[in-house]
Amino acid sequence: MTAASTEQRSQPIVSVRDLQVRFQTSDRRATVKAVDGVNFDVRRGETFGIIGESGSGKTTIGRALVFLLNPSAGAILHDGIDPLALPRREFQSHRRDYQIIFQDPNAALNPRMTILASVLEPLELARVGSRAERERQAREALERVGLPQEFGARYPHQLSGGQKQRVVIARALTLKPKLIVCDEVVAALDMSIRGDVLNLFADLQRDLGLTYVFITHDLAVVSHISERVAVMYLGQFVELGPTEEVAERPLHPYTIALLSAEPRPLPSAMRQESRIVLQGEVPSPIDPPSGCRFRTRCPHAQPLCTDRVPEWRELKPDHWVACHFADSPNFSPNALETTP
Amino acid sequence: MAAGPPAQRRTEVVRDGARPLLSVRGLGIRFKTTQGIWQATRRIDFDIAPGERVGIVGESGCGKTITGLSILRLLPGNFAGLDGKILFDGIDLASCSARQMRAIRGKRIAMIFQEPMSALDPVFTVGHQIAETLRVHSDVSYEEARARTLEMLRRVGIASPERRIDDYPHQLSGGMRQRVMIAASLICGPQLLIADEPTTALDVTVQAQILELLRDISETSKTALMLITHDLGVVAETCTRMITMYAGEVIEDATVDEALVRPLHPYTSGLLRSLPHLSPRHGRLPSIPGRVPSIAEMPAGCRFRARCAHAAKGCEADQKLQDAGGGRKVRCWRFAELNLPGALHPPDAPAAAKVATQ
Ligand SMILES: Nc1ncnc2c1ncn2[C@@H]1O[C@H](COP(=O)(O)OP(=O)(O)OP(=O)(O)O)[C@@H](O)[C@H]1O
Ligand SMILES: Nc1ncnc2c1ncn2[C@@H]1O[C@H](COP(=O)(O)OP(=O)(O)OP(=O)(O)O)[C@@H](O)[C@H]1O
Ligand code: SF4
Ligand code: SF4
Ligand SMILES: [Mg+2]
Ligand SMILES: [Mg+2]
Repeated sequence: MTAASTEQRSQPIVSVRDLQVRFQTSDRRATVKAVDGVNFDVRRGETFGIIGESGSGKTTIGRALVFLLNPSAGAILHDGIDPLALPRREFQSHRRDYQIIFQDPNAALNPRMTILASVLEPLELARVGSRAERERQAREALERVGLPQEFGARYPHQLSGGQKQRVVIARALTLKPKLIVCDEVVAALDMSIRGDVLNLFADLQRDLGLTYVFITHDLAVVSHISERVAVMYLGQFVELGPTEEVAERPLHPYTIALLSAEPRPLPSAMRQESRIVLQGEVPSPIDPPSGCRFRTRCPHAQPLCTDRVPEWRELKPDHWVACHFADSPNFSPNALETTP
Repeated sequence: MAAGPPAQRRTEVVRDGARPLLSVRGLGIRFKTTQGIWQATRRIDFDIAPGERVGIVGESGCGKTITGLSILRLLPGNFAGLDGKILFDGIDLASCSARQMRAIRGKRIAMIFQEPMSALDPVFTVGHQIAETLRVHSDVSYEEARARTLEMLRRVGIASPERRIDDYPHQLSGGMRQRVMIAASLICGPQLLIADEPTTALDVTVQAQILELLRDISETSKTALMLITHDLGVVAETCTRMITMYAGEVIEDATVDEALVRPLHPYTSGLLRSLPHLSPRHGRLPSIPGRVPSIAEMPAGCRFRARCAHAAKGCEADQKLQDAGGGRKVRCWRFAELNLPGALHPPDAPAAAKVATQ
């Protein structure tokens, strides 16, 4: 193995450095800091989960990762290079390696195009090979996602939700991406079909060496599929670590509250009685609270939390958190449970 | 408010055969469509006791919402007829006069929906809307209606209600709007509250607040709750009984603990096993093959047959919702011989035993 390829392997597939994305509100009078200073790496071949409540900035990060929108500040490196610094043509072909899939398969498929035509479209836009070659690749992609050949001739309305989402996945696969951002990809699917689609994602990752960034507000889904998970609140990461650690030994009060709020399908004898019910709702990202953004809802907030922004620090190996008190001795999930 | 029997254990209420508050028998709903008449649901049977909290679960399109709407006779315009009876405190809502229905709707039975914005009128303040609901149904002065509205807003957890009562719906957050809807639905002290996916549009931390509110209100005011949801976790946290629907029929009816630990219908079992909460991390998720049959092509016999791992000769026969003992009901003739896994999978023996003996 050459030195260059070793370096390639250890290099993160995506590096995000102090990413900021700002939007103008529709009346152009204020700025929404949708993503406000986020740092992380995505490792080759892993599934990197992002959870957080509505409006916390998950989709915005996902769109920025595949350059559907440009950062307002900070940088996103793919394999160590800045795609925005590439010449236009190279940038276009580079982007094919980084795909995104959204929640609603209906919005992604043209109702008047056959399934095969939909899957062919990205190949045609990219002018890959001959017509016969493109068709072979499209059929292969359909087969990969478990759809029988005859589905190629059907139209979207003749398919179920789960089947349509498979078509969207096949479409993203045709260009042989390295990384796929999956934004709430099972949220719109029926319960009994979700398992199937999640299994498909796992199979594709194993067979094709794909890397995923898996965005969802569903804790059960994210902790099932991801190796590492980041918790987002108001445009920032508050915690990041291995899934087992974050789910079982969370460090940030918000993560603890989120885990405790999740309704669990368990019989009464196995449910914890004392849950932390957070007061209030998420403040507006137009004018986030000073200091720690979670302080308006945090059961542990102290004066320091208003004055100083908590540092993003690696408190345990590979386990990052932004809270002034995450390492104080009597600050633990157990201490929290006894707080009314 | 017409009070039901005082605080009794809900399961006892049903099993002792005390008169249920709501008793749905053989309910079927038909729609006119361009492809002819569609039978959307059929043979729906269930009871709700006074003060009981019942979850109605099932996948998209199985008939949860229209079942809830039919109780209040709020079905969409192309509805083509009802079969069966909907007995509410002795009155058949399926056949009573429009005038009787108006006296019940909003006063004795109230309903809240997933998207509170669509149910609130944007041009009136929230206080006005709640107070009007009260004034339509009872003879109270403006001042008294306002006072009771304030009291109710406080009750549903709106901080400083005197500052919020004159707000318009768009000035409130999603969670606050849902609280306002709950306040409006409770202002007349209904005996039954039908809540259709009341937290689906909300964040989990806000969802937890609203579910706690619903549970608390049902316990303190003895309001029966019919909670429609596709989320089994929400039912487990909020309800005491779970009714599972599939393809327009009720297929299982049991206490939440029984249904989660020892489901009797293969569909309920399959659904529980497919939940990622309960599977080992990163393992394969068991899933139910195939898809729900469409209304237009419902199979004869058991409607779950094409997807059922336990289908056998005999399943092509029509399946009745049968008594499975101990107040449970199931629509599967093989229920007694099948030993199906539930939420504790692999079964956690001590916990399962503890629940089973309750
Ligand atoms: N194009 C845009 N113009 C203005 N504001 C935007 C735009 N896109 C997103 N926002 C705002 O940025 C913030 C983050 O939005 P984003 O869609 O990333 O959240 P999210 O975490 O994906 O939420 P959800 O779980 O609801 O999908 C929100 O306050 C949103 O209103
Ligand atoms: N106005 C209508 N005309 C024709 N069919 C209808 C109409 N309303 C509902 N249906 C059909 O009746 C069935 C039950 O619908 P319903 O809305 O009760 O489902 P649901 O269980 O509430 O689903 P969801 O979880 O998606 O809300 C569906 O198959 C639906 O297509
Ligand atoms: S920094 Fe303070 S307010 Fe923020 S999470 Fe930690 S304790 Fe809570
Ligand atoms: S009746 Fe037969 S096909 Fe239907 S659920 Fe029971 S075992 Fe399965
Ligand atoms: Mg989003
Ligand atoms: Mg519905």
